[in-house]
Amino acid sequence: MSQTSHGIGGLSYDAKKRPWPAEFNVFLALVILVVAFELIGRVFLGDSFLFNTRENVSGLFNEQRLQIIILQVSIVGIIAIGVTQVIICGGIDLSSGSIVGATAMIAMSFAQVATVNGNPNPKAMFIDYGWTDLPVIVPVLVAIGCGLIAGLINGLLIAYTRIPPFIATLGMMVTARGIAKWWSKGQPISFPTDSFAAIGKGLMPVVIFISLALLFQLILSYTKYGKHCYAIGSNEDAARMSGIKIANHKVLVYAIAGILASLAAVVLCSKNLTAQAGMGVMYELDAIAMAVIGGVSLSGGRGSIIGTVIGSLIFGVIISGFTFLRLDAYYQEMVKGVIIVGAVVLDQWRQRRRAIGA
Amino acid sequence: MSDIVLKTENLTKHYGGVHALQEANFELRKGEHVAIMGDNGAGKSTFVRQITGVEQRTDGKIWFDGKEVNFAGPIEAREAGIETVFQNLALADDLDVPSNLFLGREKVLFNLGPFSILDRKAMRKATEAALVRTAVKIPNLSSTIRHMSGGQRQCVAIARTATFASKLIIMDEPTAALGVQETAQVENIIRTLKENGEPLILVSHNMRQVFDLVDRIVVFRRGRIVANLRKQDTDGNDIVAYITGAKTGQAELQAA
Repeated sequence: MSQTSHGIGGLSYDAKKRPWPAEFNVFLALVILVVAFELIGRVFLGDSFLFNTRENVSGLFNEQRLQIIILQVSIVGIIAIGVTQVIICGGIDLSSGSIVGATAMIAMSFAQVATVNGNPNPKAMFIDYGWTDLPVIVPVLVAIGCGLIAGLINGLLIAYTRIPPFIATLGMMVTARGIAKWWSKGQPISFPTDSFAAIGKGLMPVVIFISLALLFQLILSYTKYGKHCYAIGSNEDAARMSGIKIANHKVLVYAIAGILASLAAVVLCSKNLTAQAGMGVMYELDAIAMAVIGGVSLSGGRGSIIGTVIGSLIFGVIISGFTFLRLDAYYQEMVKGVIIVGAVVLDQWRQRRRAIGA
Repeated sequence: MSDIVLKTENLTKHYGGVHALQEANFELRKGEHVAIMGDNGAGKSTFVRQITGVEQRTDGKIWFDGKEVNFAGPIEAREAGIETVFQNLALADDLDVPSNLFLGREKVLFNLGPFSILDRKAMRKATEAALVRTAVKIPNLSSTIRHMSGGQRQCVAIARTATFASKLIIMDEPTAALGVQETAQVENIIRTLKENGEPLILVSHNMRQVFDLVDRIVVFRRGRIVANLRKQDTDGNDIVAYITGAKTGQAELQAA
């Protein structure tokens, strides 16, 4: 953005004294965390967290660890992109984890092969209808359709019945989980086609996550849609007075969040080669946590996708760091909780200090 | 009729049994600045809310810009050319100045429906031009409204009304919450609007401000217009007498 060092109407200001973007603080936290793990590793374990210490592998960094860090957060990260725009718009979405579960089940049942090792696929749901070995576009479209419907219901409920987003999406959370269990009477759905399995193979989840993150960062910064998200989250009455169609916008925001959750479901069940009714449990909270750690304000109006991406990396670093330090998985959960609350406290504190300074 | 911007005839609003506004006949001519005064509950804000379409009137007619109008909501009124600065500022705290000025009517590079690409440069330029035109002083356009003083916020809100080719600007107590210097800044903007020939309705409690700025003063009392006086024909004591009811003013109204 271009900066004029002179203000309007003869007032001047010091361009250098501008507060740095909130994302910078989050990035700093990420760096500090990595350095902390590196130091602890060197001192107590004699091993490096970040750098390559094995002789038979070349390269400066421990690429395997870096890959795991980003790979394990990329699926929840896709959900977090949708959740970020919902929170910026002043809402919350608790249903994304359950939408992942329901969508994974439904989409997977359209992605199954007819025969496994020459025998008929015992898990194929629609084998009697001949709906097997379908082109990959079918399950993907089915998934997007599921996410769209769930998101539309969320959005319509919130926009037109005016019930709080917390309640509307809580209802969807319970309902969608029920659908996930009912779809195959609790049975896992497995044996996808090769083309469907390719979606989540290797580093594909990372590629999909980063592409979607880039796309939505651009949408939030450069389009009307993005501007209106920030405006509604910041002052809904002002946005209404300005002629923004709040209801339409909210429906769109939740629909997009639903679609992103369903894309996460596609990647997840493709990567695992199976869909289970319990998939995506607690993902909604992890996604919200990534956004909050990344500087997205729960009161709406502030935050960015870049922040959420860095927030998701902090998440990944913490999980791998704990594994690296050979600490129990139980500790991870405990620390995750502390970090989420800490991030909100820090945000509140920063806002208060800024308000006093202004 | 041609130079009359706004005219109301027997404008009436009842809230259940409360007669908040009764048979208000009001006229505003091109380039004219009119103040609306009156005690709390006298019907000033009710009058403004009927004109701007925020509420639907019980009875009466409104002509705006030569046509009889029935606004279903504030957005229709704004599209017709009535810009209002509300008491509670309609600004988004987390957006910068250009975004607030163009909120809901953004300039667009490519039209892609809701995902239309914003023309940020053009909006920034137009914002600078609007601020210069209204003599608003803002140190940094890119800082968010959250970081601005009450006066600066009010100036942005006023600059917004003046940015678009509005035919009528209504300000509901624009300086009620401001300090001395900030009030002076807002008053300067109002003078600039006067020089530019833009008609204005100013709701205010501030006698000095009213006598400094406007051409004509309309006093409301108990839901009725009790006085409609040119500034040079009256003084502060006279206006206070009308506001408190010491003078009823029916004779003057008929004479005018």
